[in-house]
Amino acid sequence: MDAIALAAGLVFRVDVLVTLLLASAFGLFVGAIPGLTATMAMALLVPLTFFMDPIPAVGAMVTASAMAIFAGDIPSTLLRIPGTPASAAYTEEAYRMTLKGEAETAMAANLLFSAFGGLVGTAVLILTAPYLAEIALKFSAPEYFWMATLGLTCAAFIGSGRPVKGILSLLIGLLVATVGLDNPAAVPRFTFGSTELLGGVDFIAAMIGLFAISEVLRNATQGMASQTLPQVRLGNPLRGWGPMFRKYWPQQVQGNVVGVAVGALPGAGADLAAWIAYAVSRRLSKHPEKYGTGNLEGIVAAGSANNSALGSAWVPALVFGIPGDTITAIVIGVLFLHGLNPGPTLFIFQPENIYAVFIIFILANILMVPLGYAAIMMSRPILKMPRRVLMPLILAFCVVGAFASNNAVFNVGVMLAFGVLGFFMEENGIPLAPCILGIVLGGMVEDNFITTMIRNDGNLLAFFERPIAAGLGVATLLIWSSPLILGLLRRRRAAA
Amino acid sequence: MLGTHIHRRALLAAGIALGAVTTLAGAATAQGYPDRPITLIVPWGAGGGTDSTARIVGSLLEQELGQPINVVNRTGGSGVVGHSAIAEADPDGYTIGLATVEIGMMHWQGLTELTSADYTPLALMNFDPASVNVREDADWADLPALIEAIKANPGTLTASGTGQGGIWHLAIAGFLSKLGLEPGAVRWVPSEGAAPGLQDLMAGGVDLVPCSIPEARALIDAGRVRSLAVMSSKPNEAFPDVPTTQDVAGVSWDIGAWRGIVAPKGVPDEVAARLIPALEKVYNSSEYADFMSKQGFGRQWASGEAFGTFMAESNESLGAVMKEVGLAK
Repeated sequence: MDAIALAAGLVFRVDVLVTLLLASAFGLFVGAIPGLTATMAMALLVPLTFFMDPIPAVGAMVTASAMAIFAGDIPSTLLRIPGTPASAAYTEEAYRMTLKGEAETAMAANLLFSAFGGLVGTAVLILTAPYLAEIALKFSAPEYFWMATLGLTCAAFIGSGRPVKGILSLLIGLLVATVGLDNPAAVPRFTFGSTELLGGVDFIAAMIGLFAISEVLRNATQGMASQTLPQVRLGNPLRGWGPMFRKYWPQQVQGNVVGVAVGALPGAGADLAAWIAYAVSRRLSKHPEKYGTGNLEGIVAAGSANNSALGSAWVPALVFGIPGDTITAIVIGVLFLHGLNPGPTLFIFQPENIYAVFIIFILANILMVPLGYAAIMMSRPILKMPRRVLMPLILAFCVVGAFASNNAVFNVGVMLAFGVLGFFMEENGIPLAPCILGIVLGGMVEDNFITTMIRNDGNLLAFFERPIAAGLGVATLLIWSSPLILGLLRRRRAAA
Repeated sequence: MLGTHIHRRALLAAGIALGAVTTLAGAATAQGYPDRPITLIVPWGAGGGTDSTARIVGSLLEQELGQPINVVNRTGGSGVVGHSAIAEADPDGYTIGLATVEIGMMHWQGLTELTSADYTPLALMNFDPASVNVREDADWADLPALIEAIKANPGTLTASGTGQGGIWHLAIAGFLSKLGLEPGAVRWVPSEGAAPGLQDLMAGGVDLVPCSIPEARALIDAGRVRSLAVMSSKPNEAFPDVPTTQDVAGVSWDIGAWRGIVAPKGVPDEVAARLIPALEKVYNSSEYADFMSKQGFGRQWASGEAFGTFMAESNESLGAVMKEVGLAK
């Protein structure tokens, strides 16, 4: 109890609280700008934290990352530009709600379930960190291979329309993921002698192009109507939260569970958590046909997942100094810098510091409600803008975002090319989401397959030799073959 | 087709003209250098040790020069993209970069034409030797025991920590070759870096990770990883108990990762003369020493031509290893 009182004393000081507030505003700002990710917000904070005390330094990073992940939902909903990759899974869904005039409902749900998801992730971090970290450390290449394969399976559930077109989209994404030098054999592929392409196709530029530029193109071809989209005013979004909680708690729980589990695995992170949560909730939904038409269920699940993943990504980071994602990779460096060396000893010798970090986690997710509300209010004028004014602005935003992701003009070209690709895909009824999933997971599937093969001298049984891998592998194969088995059973029953 | 051709030529001409103008402008204003913000390119992603080193150098250099330093990450292609961006920038002193050991490796693999000779060397800031890290519960008590195990069953043990042909891959391959063993006597499992390699070590996926000690530090402190030896002529200051390969195995083998600040080739002398002393002040500042020692990173200094010689020597010795182990093209 003493340690907790001591920790509260470390946190509830004017300078710490002011730092948290400034970091929140910074995180919201960076997250809302397309192309600038939560990771970038962290990297920009690093030099500032050199000159801070340990607790405000770590606190600034906690709050800024939480705010950035939520803020990514705002441009995602209003403009169809995912502010951070963690929003990409439900960008289409949220944007459809805006087209239906329900932008405020979508954003209110994002805010509510982000904050709540963050609190769940924090609770898991506080209560189970040492145990969960042990399990997370057991994940090696075969386990990750199955995880990524399961992720790819999600493609069958996230695209609306015909499955064949979803698979086509996934294959386009997987092809894009093979470009570059960063593959296990370190052999340049599809680079055509270009130095820029050695780095592969920048995921963020491709994502902005596919979603946002294609939308700009579509508006241009339709003669750019001058009217605005009529919106339902929600007034105070807080009032809608009670019913939302009651109606969508199953999706919220699904999202939290997926987020916490995926987030704790080193190298998986909030982006993947959102995709899987979206797919899982669709699979379990009573109305899967409503997905992709502007349906809150998927938004609730994925929005809950990415913020709860954020907290659990700290589990392996704090316990073993192994980063759960790129955000915690930066945090680990800052922890070392301030003498808070990650490891079990941190919990034993400096419990007050750990508790202080936990208190900041809780504070950050509570602060998210008023600050996020303010951010939503500030973004309202966008909805009143005529489309023909808005579209050129989106284009300008996209150019800035694509450039900022890797500071390369080349990426602006990548974004435009993917915009054209996205336009033609959608004109032909090919969904975009599976393509993005393919780009995200292509490298992970390949790397872990090759790694497992190298390690076991090409023995394919290696994918089933370790207990967790065997479990995941059998589950994946069952999911794949379930339509076939069910079909056979039905036929036999009909024959009998 | 003709249209694009002309267009491209026009662009090229415009580019050359622009380049000429900025070079002239650069030469004219080198006296008052720097009078606007400087860009510091990092060829590796946000979150790694290279990125955080660049950011501390950047923020301290900012105080020295009185101009903002913008640290930008140009990632991808195992460092080729970022290193190329530094070399191809205008040599006006307003774009500098953080070069890493990979500059002496990638051209041997035939990935780029670029070598350390394509830069103006400014200052070497850091050096971390490779080490041999195993799980705490591993069967081998020390390095000789591990070497015996490798000799008894060549090709069964696995190691990880970088991609194929990365610095830690060369470290172990070169070490084996010094022992008179086949470089493939320990199979290399490519990974994206030391952290995923160590994660794999913990998960029982690989048997050893030849990364630098600071990278394995949290796990060593947590009692999960043992460092058997450091591949250097002298022990690490932060870990004096870890012996050198010379001490325990009788093999002298020096290899490690370094980081230094470079500028594109052909920057005005005034610019180098302004930057090198400023970097020296940064290097000697207590903030920098403090930052590096807390992270467990080693400091090593060389400036100007001495740094150029250092890079050339590193280039030659890495090239020799890469040829020996069959990674050079």
